[in-house]
Amino acid sequence: MSIDLPPAGGPVGGHYGDSEAHPEAGIDDEGKGLSLWRGAWQRLRRNPSAIAGALIVLTFVVIAIAAPLLAPYEPGSAQWSGEVTPTDVPGPDKDHLLGLDRFGSDLYTQLLFGARQSLVYGVVSTAIGLVVGAFLGILSGGIGGWVDTAVMRVVDIMLSIPSLLLAVSVAAVLGQNAYSVMIAIGAAQVPIFARLLRGSMLAQARSDYVLAANALGIRRQRIVFGHILPNALGPTIVQATLNLATAIIEVAALSFLGLGESDPAIAEWGRMLVAAQDRFDAAPRLALLPGAAIAITALGFTLFGEALREALDPRTRR
Amino acid sequence: MLRFVLRRLALMVPVLVGLSILLFAWLRALPGDPARSMLGQRATPDGIARINEAYGFDEPLVQQYFSYVRALLSGDFGSSIKTGRPVFDSFVEQFPATIELAVTALTLAVVIGVPLGYLAATHQGRLLDTFVISGSLLGVVTPVFFLAILLKLVFADWLTWLPTSLRQDPRIDATHPTNFYILDGLMTREWDAVWNAGLHLILPAIALGTIPLAIIVRITRASVSEVLHEDYVRTAESKGLSRRTVSRRHVLRNALLPVVTTIGLQAGLLFSGAVLTETVFAFNGIGNYLFEAISSRDYPVLQGYILFIAIIYALINLLVDVAYGLIDPRVRVS
Repeated sequence: MSIDLPPAGGPVGGHYGDSEAHPEAGIDDEGKGLSLWRGAWQRLRRNPSAIAGALIVLTFVVIAIAAPLLAPYEPGSAQWSGEVTPTDVPGPDKDHLLGLDRFGSDLYTQLLFGARQSLVYGVVSTAIGLVVGAFLGILSGGIGGWVDTAVMRVVDIMLSIPSLLLAVSVAAVLGQNAYSVMIAIGAAQVPIFARLLRGSMLAQARSDYVLAANALGIRRQRIVFGHILPNALGPTIVQATLNLATAIIEVAALSFLGLGESDPAIAEWGRMLVAAQDRFDAAPRLALLPGAAIAITALGFTLFGEALREALDPRTRR
Repeated sequence: MLRFVLRRLALMVPVLVGLSILLFAWLRALPGDPARSMLGQRATPDGIARINEAYGFDEPLVQQYFSYVRALLSGDFGSSIKTGRPVFDSFVEQFPATIELAVTALTLAVVIGVPLGYLAATHQGRLLDTFVISGSLLGVVTPVFFLAILLKLVFADWLTWLPTSLRQDPRIDATHPTNFYILDGLMTREWDAVWNAGLHLILPAIALGTIPLAIIVRITRASVSEVLHEDYVRTAESKGLSRRTVSRRHVLRNALLPVVTTIGLQAGLLFSGAVLTETVFAFNGIGNYLFEAISSRDYPVLQGYILFIAIIYALINLLVDVAYGLIDPRVRVS
């Protein structure tokens, strides 16, 4: 009935621990009698960059969901393709707020639907990375021993490949379709989450309340799922928010490398950027707008994620 | 120190073995018959038979794996399907270009990033700090390829200040003993070749260096501002040491530790970024070749290059750990 606590001075926060994980983030703030999350919420509300980030994210999500209502035309219709010539892509006029794109679709419509694509790809791929990575991390940090060693070796191997190349390799195996991109980018995130959750679980396992629960004879399973895990979740949620930004950029990068969705009718910011490359001189907006859309969305998630990290960090509470 | 290095090298072995299994399995896991998928649309019965024989695809898997490893150990990393050229040869030829680009990018990032981060930390809450922080945030969220495209559009296409692509103007008939173009020019004293190669490096290096720059700025700022509040800094100040001595011997030396680690971690980012940056600027390094290999489904090239990159990545991290030990005596002891 005993759990193998990692030896003091063991690998906690060492080789495998993410330096950015704040192991103490989950400890209840007994001093003020506020729960961790309520305290974090109060700090978030007072932080202007959290509000800015949240506004960007909210706008992005609303656009993504309401794209069919907001867009004046059907996406990818290319119904004005006759007006596009190699040297000229018609600019903004009264029918087309931002002009046409390279294939003769309404650029504004394409951008709105691109948000939808980015949201779905970003959320699904991050969810894949989070679920698989968390599973491995819990396995590793919860069981320890040879399971831990084996899982962490696999994670080491995955981390030895740069993430974009890892995603490219996975996408090559799965073929050219939407799922393949999501799984590829999710797979590249797995080692990050696995290490992070393992590190913060090990840090929690050393804390006094786990020792107390252990001394009370509570079953190990219950200690892991009832005590260690909930308290180790903070850094994971922060990382997931930040990874949404990376995922959205990587989706675009895979499109850029020609590995994204192959159907040109589907609006995707990364591919719009690629398609715009040979029309630079005629219409730079074709590249600037999707590029800016990617950057602004990534900015929103990054601002919010970092504010969340700060709010959950016990060192900034005072 | 030597024991530390040897132990770290020994730790690389299981990772490399695992990676070789993974890469081996990967090539087999590609959709369809491996020979067919390697040949793509050019698949003919004759070609498939040839590939099957060359790669031993009809043997049992375990045997195939061991012959793969045996080939690796004897220096045979496979050949390109498209050109038939050994993967190792093309890598050795192109790698100098990527090193030249990555080193320039990283140097830019460190030389600009560390002082900026330091200034931001010592001017916290002031205009300079706000400016640096917003700038670095912008640097982190801008996709590498978007920045590369923008730079090319503005400085090469519109302003025509800098060249749009390649490593050197082909009209300059320079000799390349090492394939490090700058170094080659210096060795052969062809100054116009050095100048020209330098001009070709500027835009790709800025594009590739921006994210590492932004990250280094942020880490330096965070690290310096933490150290500034340490007791030993207050002690150093109160015993009357000059501001310069305090910042150099006490603040920077301690604050740079996390920065050194971060620089090591950037290596992976630089490889990913190099694929995108080199592609935009048709800069003939491993990144550009990888892009071509991806587009033409030249999988043995991808397989070999990923293995090389992983080895180099591991060696860089080893170097970082050694550097860490040199800077921080505490690491050496433990």
